[in-house]
Amino acid sequence: MEPTTSRRITVTVNGEAIEYDVDARRLLVHFLRDDLSLTGTHVGCDTGNCGACSVIYNGVLAKSCMLLAVQADGATVETVEGLSPDGQLTALQQAFSDHHALQCGYCTPGMLMSATALLRENASPNEEEIRKALQGNICRCTGYVNIVEAIKSASGGES
Amino acid sequence: MSETVTVTGPLVVEPTETKPGFAGTSVPRKEDKRLLQGEGVFFDDVKRHGMGYVHFVRSPYAHAKIVAIDVSKALELNGVYGTLTGDEVAILTDPFFELSVKPGADIKDYALAVGRVRHVGEPVAAVVASSRELARDAAELVEVEYEPLPVLTTAEDALANETILHEDAGSNVVWQGVFDWGDFEGAVAEADHVVKIERLHFDRFSSTPLECAGVLVEFNRGTGQWTMYGNHQMPGIGAIWMAPALRTGIDKLRFVSQDIGGAFGNKICLHPQFVACCLLARKLNRPVQWTEWRTDQHTANAHGNERTFLDIEVPVTNDGTMLGLKVRALDDCGAFPRYEPLGCIIWAQVTPGCYRWRNIRVDFTQVCTNKSPVSPNRGYSRMQHLWLTERVIDIVAHELELDPVEVRKRNYVRADEMPYETPNGCVYDSGDYARGLDIALELVGYDTLDEKRREAESRGKLLGFGIGSTLDSGTNNFGQSTLLNPELQFSGNNEVATVKLDIFGEIVVTLGTVPQGQGHETTASQVVADILGVTPDDVTVRAGHDSYWNSHAGFSGTYASQFAVTGLGAVKGATDKLAHEIKRVAAGVFGATPDDIELVEGQARLKANAEAAIPFMGIGAIVNANNAILPEDVRDVTLNCRYVYVPPFQLPDKERNFGNLTLTYASQVHVCLVEIDPETGVYEIVDYAAVDDCGTRIHPQIVEGQVHGATAQALGAATHEIFAYDEEGNLLTPNFYDYHVPHALDMPPLKNAYLESPSPFTPLGAKGMGEGGGAGIHAVCAALQDALWSQGKSTVWRSCNPYNQVWEHLRNPRRLVEVTTP
Repeated sequence: MEPTTSRRITVTVNGEAIEYDVDARRLLVHFLRDDLSLTGTHVGCDTGNCGACSVIYNGVLAKSCMLLAVQADGATVETVEGLSPDGQLTALQQAFSDHHALQCGYCTPGMLMSATALLRENASPNEEEIRKALQGNICRCTGYVNIVEAIKSASGGES
Repeated sequence: MSETVTVTGPLVVEPTETKPGFAGTSVPRKEDKRLLQGEGVFFDDVKRHGMGYVHFVRSPYAHAKIVAIDVSKALELNGVYGTLTGDEVAILTDPFFELSVKPGADIKDYALAVGRVRHVGEPVAAVVASSRELARDAAELVEVEYEPLPVLTTAEDALANETILHEDAGSNVVWQGVFDWGDFEGAVAEADHVVKIERLHFDRFSSTPLECAGVLVEFNRGTGQWTMYGNHQMPGIGAIWMAPALRTGIDKLRFVSQDIGGAFGNKICLHPQFVACCLLARKLNRPVQWTEWRTDQHTANAHGNERTFLDIEVPVTNDGTMLGLKVRALDDCGAFPRYEPLGCIIWAQVTPGCYRWRNIRVDFTQVCTNKSPVSPNRGYSRMQHLWLTERVIDIVAHELELDPVEVRKRNYVRADEMPYETPNGCVYDSGDYARGLDIALELVGYDTLDEKRREAESRGKLLGFGIGSTLDSGTNNFGQSTLLNPELQFSGNNEVATVKLDIFGEIVVTLGTVPQGQGHETTASQVVADILGVTPDDVTVRAGHDSYWNSHAGFSGTYASQFAVTGLGAVKGATDKLAHEIKRVAAGVFGATPDDIELVEGQARLKANAEAAIPFMGIGAIVNANNAILPEDVRDVTLNCRYVYVPPFQLPDKERNFGNLTLTYASQVHVCLVEIDPETGVYEIVDYAAVDDCGTRIHPQIVEGQVHGATAQALGAATHEIFAYDEEGNLLTPNFYDYHVPHALDMPPLKNAYLESPSPFTPLGAKGMGEGGGAGIHAVCAALQDALWSQGKSTVWRSCNPYNQVWEHLRNPRRLVEVTTP
């Protein structure tokens, strides 16, 4: 018997329920980017180290390159596109801009998802907690200085 | 943690022509909103109907003959669209032109390996399929028979020429030359001591931009044109490589990019992969898309230059005055030269570093090895040389028991000597290095260093203090290439911008540059707004690059610390032209002269009567749609102005290797304190300050961001980042799992300060500053040596010093230095 190579999944992405036939080997990140055209979620490595593909998955921060799309059947996924559906920047996004916490912007969606997950768990993290929360996200442009400042500011913890 | 210090002191600068306004302030970045909402457009976000995905079949050997390639099994797979092999490439294309004289000139470099592979990961074939997963599967089915050859993994082994990589060249040497300025022997005769250093080694690493390389290529059969949606950061030069290889004209190559996820020089040498994709798009008559894998990026795309410095001699007087420098530099460019041997001359932009050295002899040789090719990497070639000068200063200071601070101050080029001509004819435009050092010392509390040392010792730690004073030279004179190869027809530099006023009053700017996070849309809009009397919000700067815009020239791109000079120089020139045209139209309507008109609040109005004003919308409408009302003598106005900024360069003197090789010199002084655990070699940067002087800052926040980023990359390179190879030529750090770049927890707190010594040579007093000169590497090496000195006088001889290396210094100190008295 030929093995099954695709499967229909139901997944809620940024509040919208989606039914989709996905290849069994499709990574969640490629499902988001290539099938749903949610290209804000990025790919920066092939070892799960860089965090550019970070999403919030069933309420928990996850790297979407480390999950298969079929695993997401029944799951709830939040991506960067879901942060500000009305087009207005959230306080966190605005703080990133105000503090120049992004340059090329490639790591930015992952950084925002990590910071969003952090702030939901801990509304006023200290600097150490912020840096720990970002340790799964690589940025090659900023040295993290202004990213940390932006998150502090958005959390009301600005010095 | 940030302090801004502005010097009011002896600055040599002409009054800038723009009035105070938006330039100089940190206005919100235009790029931010789309990037923060996931609405940027990076090359991998672009899709086309029916496109195929490219996967390269890569060599598992560092050096081998290709006996046979069989793609038949891959082609049998359902969903595979086609393949490309080196044999086809050799028929369909010509080798890329080489910049070097012989022997390097005879190297043959193609889009895919032809007959032989010369580094692990070298593409030998390509497969295109309906999905990226299938393309990868199919690539596994391509059978390649190899016959392994001996492997060269060090420049010194390559120099022996026992194994030859490129038989056409007959030697592993790409380029060799001796640079001799002043009178080195005379300096030795005058010296009290000659400090001889056996060996220093600048390690391989790269900036590893988070977005890998890639491109989507469409071929238009009707016009013979390729359109490349990719992330090549220097399309001007890319096209010069690609068009002759593809046997076509530059008019058939259209480069398009919007957002690029970092580049740092690593996306300058993408022409081989782009050519392979162009051939596939034409062969298969469908769009093809290639996205590089991270492991492939590390293994086979772009490393920074690795350089060994041998037989260094430094004549010096008792008080620490440096009289001369002699060195043999051996540069390892990997398997193919590509942008090389430009690195064999680029370092000469900063020949004496920050110092008043007048007698310098550099014997420079570059060789190929069985490692990844190099490409420019942030701080390209100058960083390696500046690391040498900084190491030399500290080693001399330690050996002669002099204070590294005092030795620097004694030898720094002084602010009152600016503009300063170096021994090889470069002109340092402005700066005050000693003042920069003073500010940096204050920021880390240098006056209490002894106390800090004792306090660290009480906790069992070794404290080290180090300085990295460095230069970021910007805006190349490409004429320096003729010092390597007199036949090359390159000189000067250029960049283009267009600014137009459209029918409803829209102000639209296009740039020739290829931004990767430097905020060009924002800073261009600041300059335009100040000249036209509007706000940056009123100015649309087209995002990214498109060679259809007619706003590019031969050297267009974003590289080599130059946008603030060349890019904004072009923007200023085009906007000045537009402002004059607007004034001419208004003058025509009012029966006045252009001098009677001023541009204020989006209007052109009579200076003498503010009521007599035409909004820009009116000016745009008249010229574009209602021009019969204009007087005859202003009907030549287009309101669409193009300007090419050309820096004031001359050809260098080939006989003397003498001339001005670059226009501006931003300077950085970094200082750091490290604490080493002597039991383990583990160390921590406990205090760090960076003082940057890039002349007039157009957008201080963007400048600060560049300083932070360059510092982080330098600290990564100093502590962990290294492309290490085993004896068989396998890269041991082929992805972010093994190659550790700084994470948020790795970065020490940074203290920043700024001096502003405006450049007398640039349109806005600004200097390019994105690269940073590797100051962090120099500072960390100096601090480690300072800390290790009390433990056996070991010389820090490599640029990358991970903990195990420091442990090695503690266990087996190596001096590598001899001091003689002539």
